[in-house]
Amino acid sequence: MEEVCARFVSQKISKARWRPLPAAALQPPDLFATGSWDNEDNRISIWSVGDVGSAGLNGEYQGEPQLLCDIRHNGDVMDMQFLDQERIVVGSSTGSVTVFRHHQNNQTLSASHRWENAHYHADQYTACGGAACTGVICNNPEIVTVGEDGRINLYRADQKDAVRTIDNADSSTLHAVTFLRTTEILTVNSIGQLKIWDFRQQRNEPAQIFSLTGDRVPLHCVDRHPNQQHIVATGGQDGMLSIWDIRQGTMPVSLLNAHEAEMWEVHFHPSNPDHLFTCSEDGSLWHWDTSTDVSEKPSFLHQGGRSTAYFSHSTINQSVVSAWLSNDPTKDRMEITNLIPNQTLSVNTLDVLGPCLVYGTDAEAIYVNRQLFA
Amino acid sequence: MSSLQTGVFLKQVSEDLFQILPPCRNHPSCLTDTSPVVPGADPARTQLCFEWGPAEMLLCETLFGRRGGERRGAPGGSAGPAPTGCGVAGGGDGAPGPSRVFVVRRDQDIYMETLRKLFNESHGIFVGLQRCEEERAARARNAQLVQVSKNYRSVIRACMEDMHQAAISARDSALHSQYSIQVSILSAMELIWNLCEILFVEAAPAGPLLLRLLDWVQLHICDVDNMVREVLGSENPSKHKLFWNVVDIFVLQGRMDEARHLLSKEAIANPTSMNMYKILDDLMKKMPVPSLGNTQTLTEMELKWQHWHEECQRYLQDGTFASNSHMESICKILLGDENAILEKKELMTTWYHFLVTRLLYSHPTVKPMELRFYAQSSMDMFLGEESNPEPLDTILMAAFEFELHQVIKECSVALSNWWFVAHLTDLLDHCKLLQSHNLYFGSNMREFLLLEYASGLFSHHSLWQLGVDYFDHCPEYGRVYLELHIERIPLNTEQKALKVLRICEQRQMHEQVRSICKIMAMKALRNNRLGSALSWSIRAKDAAFATLISDRFLKDYCERGYFSDLDLIDNLGPSMLLSDRLTFLGKYREFHRLYGEKRFSEAARLLLMLMTAHIAPCSFWMTLLTDALPLLEQKEVIFSAEQTYELMRCLEDLTARKLDKQKFQDDDVETMKVEMLRLALARNLARVIVKEGTLEGS
Repeated sequence: MEEVCARFVSQKISKARWRPLPAAALQPPDLFATGSWDNEDNRISIWSVGDVGSAGLNGEYQGEPQLLCDIRHNGDVMDMQFLDQERIVVGSSTGSVTVFRHHQNNQTLSASHRWENAHYHADQYTACGGAACTGVICNNPEIVTVGEDGRINLYRADQKDAVRTIDNADSSTLHAVTFLRTTEILTVNSIGQLKIWDFRQQRNEPAQIFSLTGDRVPLHCVDRHPNQQHIVATGGQDGMLSIWDIRQGTMPVSLLNAHEAEMWEVHFHPSNPDHLFTCSEDGSLWHWDTSTDVSEKPSFLHQGGRSTAYFSHSTINQSVVSAWLSNDPTKDRMEITNLIPNQTLSVNTLDVLGPCLVYGTDAEAIYVNRQLFA
Repeated sequence: MSSLQTGVFLKQVSEDLFQILPPCRNHPSCLTDTSPVVPGADPARTQLCFEWGPAEMLLCETLFGRRGGERRGAPGGSAGPAPTGCGVAGGGDGAPGPSRVFVVRRDQDIYMETLRKLFNESHGIFVGLQRCEEERAARARNAQLVQVSKNYRSVIRACMEDMHQAAISARDSALHSQYSIQVSILSAMELIWNLCEILFVEAAPAGPLLLRLLDWVQLHICDVDNMVREVLGSENPSKHKLFWNVVDIFVLQGRMDEARHLLSKEAIANPTSMNMYKILDDLMKKMPVPSLGNTQTLTEMELKWQHWHEECQRYLQDGTFASNSHMESICKILLGDENAILEKKELMTTWYHFLVTRLLYSHPTVKPMELRFYAQSSMDMFLGEESNPEPLDTILMAAFEFELHQVIKECSVALSNWWFVAHLTDLLDHCKLLQSHNLYFGSNMREFLLLEYASGLFSHHSLWQLGVDYFDHCPEYGRVYLELHIERIPLNTEQKALKVLRICEQRQMHEQVRSICKIMAMKALRNNRLGSALSWSIRAKDAAFATLISDRFLKDYCERGYFSDLDLIDNLGPSMLLSDRLTFLGKYREFHRLYGEKRFSEAARLLLMLMTAHIAPCSFWMTLLTDALPLLEQKEVIFSAEQTYELMRCLEDLTARKLDKQKFQDDDVETMKVEMLRLALARNLARVIVKEGTLEGS
């Protein structure tokens, strides 16, 4: 992968997120934010990948991410989401949730709002202290956070108090959250359950519970198909990728053996959802591609150097049923590529937007690939 | 991080200290004699004692009195940015014998922000080197090792570049000097590494050896580059006052083409002495150089050299260059005249430059083993008697003498980090150069140094993850070190715990897995997160703890009358079998579910089974029997006669057991319960006998 630019940043990266593009924007994303963990002094940083043209005279540094600004963050950055073009919501291991504003005119960051002790153990006012906020999801102006305390908070940006709090929503740790629809969210927890919560219901009970059978393998990440909202992907502690159809059944439609250790993040490509990306503690980052159709590519195609696996192939059209749901191995084909050949330390985070991929590792490096589909 | 934390490292333990401390194990750093004292610790005033720990040393003041010696002058002291020793003081300054504890760290460089890039990038190279398979052809293997060595060096250079930029942009002068010091340390490291690469890793033979050494000098003597740039950048280089200096530099470094290029400019400016320039140019052009490939043999080369040498000699003797002192001295240099070369001392700046220039013009086919003689004499000639060799000189000299162990030892003493020696030693070990050597402690030198380095990493709040792979590649003690260190990682979030747990699980460190899960379970329990606590103990397969938590669940149920964390208990699955109590918890909850779903007969069967199979703890039987009451009172008969007898026996067992032990505490309630149960059982029995009788009869 020659197009990948790396930069060592002297801090372990826990989250990396592209800044969302304004509607109707055609150019690729050029700015991303990262958060660090396990440092005495953790930071939120904004990086620019600039355009190649203006990179200047020192040709060898072209495309390497440049630091625009950064700010201290109290505690490990556990999760991070852009609320809009300027604001970033960050969940901390101390239990607080902070909204940072990126001032683009003078390239500075400032904390614009903070919910202290959004997540906490036992009593908010005793010394028990905060519980880590493990997941944040935004749907401007709404912000949902989940934490190790099994609590779900619904905030509205710039509103001081929580709009809705579900205490003890889960008896185990909630690891991640995502929006299903505007009023419904999905959470995954450490006993292998996927739950749907509906904020229209006043009861503090999940609307629906799905679970892995048997082994109760903890789930660490969740993402929803951008167009077909009933398709949900989750990643587990054993590195397994599960695809769920939340319209039917309580078990995953398919379980795909993937990484050798915890899968930390899973993302459907936002505009090209036949592609899926996962990263893991074992130091790998996989690109799952279901778009390859036999009619387009011959099945004997082998790309040298890449570790590519073909699951199966077919000529049956897949336009009606999403390729992700057809669990019949003879029906479709999936091409899987490991994008990192010799990685050793964990890839904690990844984000895809347009043709660009960014990922951050425990080896204190961030990587940007700007020609994902080249 | 503890409040005791200081940034002091071992180098700062004074020699005074080591006089009162028993001799430590053969620690390279102990040999240093220029070490400042731990700030704040005064061995002259109070007796100090110490305790080795993983990566850290505890130093404390004891109550033993002074040892009579007068206070020594504060040695070297807190020059530079040495962090202050942070003691935990008891009592004020005036009070006699305030006892303080110092934490002394070994490896201060670990805490340099800019060096983290070096640690992380070299970690990747290190792991790659360990992975590459041994069974390759010797030649390919060697090329591979040279490549690895070059990768290490490029990481050092990149880091140096960053540090240089940081030094330039630093506004604070203290910070600036700190960065500048680091730049010079890094550049010295690269210099040493490069020489080791030429001599040990690549093991260049006679001929190519000289070319490599020339490259080495050209790469590292960059003080003169500015002068060259200035002259070449001027409008008329040949008129510049430093013109001849630059020509000399080129000649001394063997950069003939560049020297000739400059000279040709001068020649154009002086048409009268054109002939003289032409002759010199011709000599420089014809100078034979060893070839890198195998195109010529050494003898061939030596013959050509002899011939060329004589030609130079001839021109010098017939006074061709007599009219121009500059050109005459160049010709003398070409002849390898030591005095002529030494005259250019300022242009060479270092003795090893002198050595290489001397070799170039007098012994171009020097063999590796002959280097030591030339090196020693060059150093003596260059430095003269007046100055002592500095640590860097000693290290390079040891390298020229092929004293590998001496190189590593001197580096350990002189450099402020373990990174360099650990990685260099590992590389040399892969070149199979260190195998004969054994230490009288630990396993071998490579492992010893790797362990030290990795221990340093583990003492860092964030770099500990890198240390794991280093320990993995220490066959003898790596595992023990890892076990000791990994248990001491603070676990502030579950995610971090999971990462540590993964490390332990991958290495089958069951004891550590158990301990981490237990810590996390205890934490969760303290925070009243029973569900989480149970998950952690299930993961650790910790039956005792699972029992404890199950009891908490049951106790909560008895108090509140409903179960918390149903989502967990309903989904226990096979993990229910971990402990008897957990099994009971799961089954009892199942009973409630069946009852809630009005599947009474199944519920009844389960309830009875819980008691007869002794799954339920005895203390819980009364609750179970009370649970049976509503089933007994249902309109339709649920318990069969057989089952009713069983229930009655359970009740009698229970009361008999209780009577044995003691009288009922709250007699009234308990007796009433028992009476009610007996009544219900009797009525049920009556109903069921009638029902079963009629069924049989019909």
